[in-house]
Amino acid sequence: MVVMKMKFPFQKRVKLAQGLWLLSWCATVAGATTFTLGCLLKTELRRRAEVMANTDIHIVPNTLMIVGLASLGINYFASKICQDALDAGRFPRWKNFLKPYFAVSCFFTVLMLLAIIMSYAMKGSLESSLKAGLRNGIRFYKDTDTPGRCFQKQNIDRLQMEFQCCGNNDFRDWFEIQWISNRYLDFSSTEVKNRIKSNVDGRYLVDGVPFSCCNPSSPRPCIQYRLTNNSAHYNYDYQTEELNIYLRGCREALVNYYMGLMNTIGAGVLSIFLLQGSVLVSLRFLQTAMEAVAGKENTEIETEGYLLEKGVKETVMEYLDPVLTFLLLKNKVQEGTAGETTTAPA
Amino acid sequence: MALLVVKFDLKKRVKLAQTVWFMYWFAVLAGILVLSLGLFFKIELRKRSELMDNNESHFLPNVLIAMGLIACGINAFGGKVCYDSLDPTKFAKWKPMLKTFLVFCVGFNALLIVTSLLCFIMRIPLQFTLAEGLKNGMKYYKDTDTPGRCYMKRTLDLMQMEFRCCGNDNYRDWFEIQWVSNRYLDFSAKEVKDRIGSNVDGQYLMDGVPFSCCNPSSPRPCIQYQMTNNSAHYSYDHYTEELNVWRRGCRDALLSYYGGIMNTIGALVLLVTMLEVTISCLLTVFIQSIHIVLQNCFLSEISDTLKRTANLSLSLFCFLSVSLSSTHTYTHTHTVMGTNRQLLVFPSDLMSRLM
Repeated sequence: MVVMKMKFPFQKRVKLAQGLWLLSWCATVAGATTFTLGCLLKTELRRRAEVMANTDIHIVPNTLMIVGLASLGINYFASKICQDALDAGRFPRWKNFLKPYFAVSCFFTVLMLLAIIMSYAMKGSLESSLKAGLRNGIRFYKDTDTPGRCFQKQNIDRLQMEFQCCGNNDFRDWFEIQWISNRYLDFSSTEVKNRIKSNVDGRYLVDGVPFSCCNPSSPRPCIQYRLTNNSAHYNYDYQTEELNIYLRGCREALVNYYMGLMNTIGAGVLSIFLLQGSVLVSLRFLQTAMEAVAGKENTEIETEGYLLEKGVKETVMEYLDPVLTFLLLKNKVQEGTAGETTTAPA
Repeated sequence: MALLVVKFDLKKRVKLAQTVWFMYWFAVLAGILVLSLGLFFKIELRKRSELMDNNESHFLPNVLIAMGLIACGINAFGGKVCYDSLDPTKFAKWKPMLKTFLVFCVGFNALLIVTSLLCFIMRIPLQFTLAEGLKNGMKYYKDTDTPGRCYMKRTLDLMQMEFRCCGNDNYRDWFEIQWVSNRYLDFSAKEVKDRIGSNVDGQYLMDGVPFSCCNPSSPRPCIQYQMTNNSAHYSYDHYTEELNVWRRGCRDALLSYYGGIMNTIGALVLLVTMLEVTISCLLTVFIQSIHIVLQNCFLSEISDTLKRTANLSLSLFCFLSVSLSSTHTYTHTHTVMGTNRQLLVFPSDLMSRLM
């Protein structure tokens, strides 16, 4: 049962080859674009690597880069093949090359689609990675004298200013940890002693946030300390005050930013996937149409082109057979010889 | 006295024509570059127009945009002339315009040099504009309820964070003005009444700065209020503290930012000028070499391999005097029908023959 049979007179074959040549060069550029998009995404993820607990999400840009490079090769060969397709004498030399070529191309094209799906599916993993990373970042904010953590304060401050966010879930995360280093606390004063005694761990907790949480759009100078104390500031109501500090949490801000980036990239890669798919389909039609011409004297006859010679399932098994045999997952039976079939020990 | 006599046969002439044509299209790209630089600079100025005085001058970016457009036009025209020049019939229609075109080129090159000089000089008026604008900006920082000035606070805060600066000259400028709005001052409190009573204008002055002056690189949480009072903060000495707030003034920061942009643009415009001058020189040489051919082609001598000599007064003239380089003159030594013709250029006869 042949899948998608089509008739190809000579002129149509010529037109197909020419169109395919142009299409394959467009697809080469698209492949380079995919690679670039992958690099961009990776760079953006690495910039905020300090607030991410793991690098699981990096599989998306890595896949995009691999697919981009592979599609450069695939489309280069596609253009070479269709250039030779119009010359019946030169086309047969591609005969043995085409079967593995199609297998590899299909694999990488499917990988492209997988990358897009992964970019949506890994939102949860990204979120949990950011949650853990930000929690650590906020915890180590005060450790500006500890090697390995001394830039944590700077990173968190810059992050909060750039993404216009405060804390992990929201600004109250700053109330729960000590973000002022002990070096700058006067342990002889009663206020400090009271605060330290007021909790089990002996931490200096304040209802205040760092300056990087301040919102420049606020009409009044920033209130960062004694946020919950309405009487400490003139004309201030903590429940209704919205513009004073950023109300959004940094985890939400970062997840939105990266999902937006991956959505845009995903849309672009989807259109590149469709382009690549059309290149492969056209090449397959051209190949099968040209195969029928091989060996004939008149190269201008009308031939038939098809997608798959057998049905889908049979074709898949045909391709998988060598792979499975190689992996020794399937028994190889040879006629007329003592077979290698493994028989269960009697 | 002729300099650098070079013989031109047909092949060399064709090569020269192709080179000049190619360089003209390269120069069109350079013209587009100048145009885009002018647009970029204009946008940068407009982005911070609130921080500049009212009479901020957009003269320089407008000039750059105009020069870019003219460059594109002149170079495209020159390219067309080169393209047509090897075909005598087509070239004949361009012939009368050539002298005026060369004069235009000279004038344009001079204007380009003036523009690049302007880029370096305009820094000085910018300095005054910025000083005035920033002072006013800080004065209106607290007026977040006055229409027309309600975004000044936001603009200043964002600018101080982006350029990593504080105040006009330094952070002490904030000590001299009231930057907290009266709406948020409790006039019944003793502290407020003391501060207001302490100066002539009745302003609430304090030794504090807005949060946007804070330096994230500081190891301790930002100290913005009571900055000069060492005893108000533990382990704090306001004379030795360097990382707490930004120490640079915003006028310096903005000036070095815009100065950097203008220097880069000036250098690029200078490079474009040199390119244009080189092209003008080559074009005049080329025109010289084909002038004789055109005259003689009507005497049916095109089939001969004619040797021509042209004068390449390249670097000396071009860079000493732009005007001299494109007003050449020529004389015939003799008009004998033969293979050898000599074309000598006498720089001393320049203007008389042209005008």
